[in-house]
Order: sequence, then C-alpha cells, then structure tokens
Amino acid sequence: MNQLIKLLKSNARITNGELAVLFDKTEKQVADEIDKLEKDGVIKGYSAIVDESAYDPNSVFALIELKVTPQSQSGFDEIANQIASYEQVDSVRLMSGAYDIIVSVTGANIRDISQFVSQRLATIDAVQSTATHFVLKVYKDNGIMLSSDDEDERGLISP
Amino acid sequence: MIDYNKALSCAIKDMKPSGIRKFFDIAQQIDGVISLGVGEPDFKTPWLIRQEAISALEKGKTCYTANAGLMTLREEIAKYFQRTIHTSYDPNSEIVVTVGGSEAIDLCIRCLIEPGDEVLIVEPSFVCYRPIVSLCGGIPVVIETKAENEFRLTADQLREKITDKTKLLVLPYPNNPTGAIMRREDLESIAQVLRETNIIVASDEIYSELTYSGKHCSIAEIEDMRERTVVINGFSKSFAMTGWRLGFLGGPRELVSQMLKLHQYAIMCSPTVSQYAAIVAMRSCEKNIETMRNEYNIRRRFVVDSFNRLGLKCFVPQGAFYVFPSIKSTGMTSADFCEKLVYSKKVAVVPGDAFGECGEGYIRVSYAYSLNHLREAIKRIEEFLEDIKNADLQKT
Repeated sequence: MNQLIKLLKSNARITNGELAVLFDKTEKQVADEIDKLEKDGVIKGYSAIVDESAYDPNSVFALIELKVTPQSQSGFDEIANQIASYEQVDSVRLMSGAYDIIVSVTGANIRDISQFVSQRLATIDAVQSTATHFVLKVYKDNGIMLSSDDEDERGLISP
Repeated sequence: MIDYNKALSCAIKDMKPSGIRKFFDIAQQIDGVISLGVGEPDFKTPWLIRQEAISALEKGKTCYTANAGLMTLREEIAKYFQRTIHTSYDPNSEIVVTVGGSEAIDLCIRCLIEPGDEVLIVEPSFVCYRPIVSLCGGIPVVIETKAENEFRLTADQLREKITDKTKLLVLPYPNNPTGAIMRREDLESIAQVLRETNIIVASDEIYSELTYSGKHCSIAEIEDMRERTVVINGFSKSFAMTGWRLGFLGGPRELVSQMLKLHQYAIMCSPTVSQYAAIVAMRSCEKNIETMRNEYNIRRRFVVDSFNRLGLKCFVPQGAFYVFPSIKSTGMTSADFCEKLVYSKKVAVVPGDAFGECGEGYIRVSYAYSLNHLREAIKRIEEFLEDIKNADLQKT
C-alpha cells in the first residue's frame, strides 16, 4: 500500500508538516498528494479508531449475513443503499459466496440489535433470510491491534 | 582456599567489560525509562518464518545438522550472495552457517590472528572486535573515522596505519553506531590500497539490507577483493531474527575450510530449528524486508530532522537503524549527557564512546521504535536541552 495512506490510516491527525519530514517532501507536495487522494475518492474521510467495548462495555457489535433477491433495475444497489442509510449500520458489503450482503452493526445491547434485525432488515421485501453473528471480542481492527499484550521485550540497552 | 585470580587467564582478566554494560546498569535501576538504546529490530520475526520453525519442531527436526549448516540453507545463502552482492560462493566449501554474525566475527579473527599481529579496526563500531583480537594476542590498531567524512574509511587513513605486521582489516559497514555506509567508489579506493598487500578483510555486513540511498555494495564485489575478503552477514537485522542466533559467512575456501574446523569443535552446528526457518526467510521474505526498510526510513527522517532542529547536529545516516548526533554543543561528555538524561527525563541513549574513544562527543540513538515512541522520547530530550539552557542562564 502507498506509505502515505498507510500512515494516515494509522494516525489521521498527523500534520502535513510532519508528513513532509517523514517522506522528505515539501509541505505543499504532501498537501497536493492528499488533495488528489481525496478528490479521486481514495480517501473518503478521517475518523478515530474507537474500541467500542472500552467506551461502553455493554455495547454489542454484530455481523449480519443477508440473502437478497436482486431487483430487476438496480440489482443489489438499491437494497444495499437502503440498509446503509440506517445510522446504527457501520458497513455494508456485497459478497460472493453463500450469502449476498454482509452488514456490520453496533448496538447498545443485544436486544437493540435483535430489534433492528427483525424490524428493519428482515422486513425488507427483497431480503430472503438473515443470519446474525454477535462479535465476542475484537483482536485487530483497521490494521490496529486492540487487545494486544505486545510488550517490548527487548532490554533497555544493547550493543 | 581456591585462588580464582590464579585460575583465570590474564587475557580474560584484562578484557574490559563493554562500555554499554555500565550504562545499562544505571538505566535498569530507574523506573519508567523509555529507551532509544536497543540494537535490535522492534519488528517481530515475519509470521511465515515463525510458522516454519513451529512446523520443524512438530516434525521433530531436532538433531544436529552438517557442521557448516543444512545444505539447502547454504545453497539459499549462495543464491542470496549472488543476487545481493553479485559474488559467487560454493555452498560446499565456501559458506558456513554460524551462531549469529557474532560467531562469524569470532571465527574470522581467531583463525587469522597470532600474537603480535596487527588488526585494523575501523571505529566507532560494534563492541566485539577489539576484545577478541586482544584475546588472540593480536594488537588492535584503531582507525578513527570522522564526522566530516561521514564516518567513512578513507584510503589515506588506511594507508597510514598499515605496517608489515598488519594482517586483517575489520570493515563494519553499514555501520553501527554511526549509520554510515561505504559507496562503491569509497570501496574501490580502499581496494586500491589493499591490492598490494596480504591483508584479509573481515567485512561485517550485518546491516546490508538496511540502506536508504540505493543498494548496499560489498567490498567483495570489487575487482581482486573476493579472494581476500570474508563476508559476514546474518538473519538478525534483516529478518528481525536476533533471538534465533543465526548468521553466516562466505569467503575463499582456503580460509573457510580452516574456520569450519574451529566451528566444528566450538559449536558443532548452528541451531537446527533456526536453520529450517531461515530457508523460508531466504526464499520468501524479501517483501518483509522491504516493508521494514520503508518503515525504518520514515523514522530515520523523523529522527534526523528532530535532532538537527534541537541543535544536536546529526549527519544523515544512510544505513542501519541508528543516528549519531553530536552533543558537543552542550559541553558535556557523552557519559555525562546520557546519565543526566536518563536521571532527569528517563530517556536511555547510548554514549558514543562505548563504540570507541572517537565516539566521545556523540550519542547513539536507535530508531528501531514506533513513531509514537520516538516522538515522546524526542519531546523529553527537547525538555532536557531546555533545562540545561536555563540552568546555564542562571549561572551567568
């Protein structure tokens, strides 16, 4: 992956000035490069990586597999966009394989998510079936280790 | 009562403990120290390599290997030499798999040096060359490289130190602690001097994969030099495999066959599981090296920029993962600077004179740490320098 993108993914708050040093470029060059990535739609936005369970231990995260009947005009797009519009939905992806769409959802508790699935997703005409998987623990997210006990085992000084 | 003093050899009693040891003891006693003092990668060994070791254990590959190392590994090392330094070594007779680069250095010095022989040692450099030479009764002759030459060895410096007793030149590039490299043209002028002599070169190239301005060049690649060079390398730095204790050397068979005798008696063979894992490292992990190198390069720019900004002048190192800023502007000695820094701001860096007297006035800073770690350490060093300035102002 492009190193600039990689760095921004791990720390979106890094300044252009700092990036200029790290890549041996001018600040202007860095700004232009980022501008282009944004214009080309490569970078869609900047957000904090939050360990939801650390923020709210009761919060629940689920992946929901959907089997969907494609529509004659729009295929899967219209349904997918409709699902994506719900604010509790984190991501929506069209998949190859045993099911069509996978949705990730964050809820305040299990009941919250169950209600969302039964009242919002399962009721959509084109949705044939749903399978909800609750996430028990997140180890790595967005390329970042979350539950890492990775301590630096090296000594303080070595030749 | 037993007199241990009588029991021990004079050579070992005269051997000075590493200068790093003393400072390590100080840093160790202080709670919450953040370090920039480590000479090994912060990356874990690539998973593919670890997996191969696990698999070797599962299959019960736990016996000795051939003394020189697994034939398959030696063949891979021969290919590696060919593709990286364009020099061919016969895996049957010109390559030994050693216990780290350290053993290769030891073999090389012990097999060549007799009492009274002079060994040219380029400094500042890694800490082990001098004591091993002395242990053999050899005479270490130091060549001090200079910041104004970007810590490169020059032909004039070399010529000046050669006598008819000179037997070996230890050439440690890319260099720990300075981060200096030797370019092809620098090596060519060194070769020009050596061609007329019977001097052997021990070329310690353990950081060869970590160069930031083009590929590493070995002195063995220069015309007439292969026959008088032992190339020392290993897996520790390039593949983040320090704890696996695996290095290797390549050289003319007349020398390597003799070294193999010592290796047989002293070591038997390098760790078997490590050797199996290393085959995979050689075959499939070039991409991992590149990823690590790119990461180091980003940190290198950050650290060099930071020190120069703080007024601790720092030449731009082109290799390894160290910077070697001058602290002369503070008026302190290296030891003083490092002790005060660790006591007052809890940051550990290594005094430059631990790598030879000519390292006085410098500190070695390792950037084998995450950017966030480096940021925090630099912030503390900045505070430290502010404190010194303020203290000086109060005095006047």
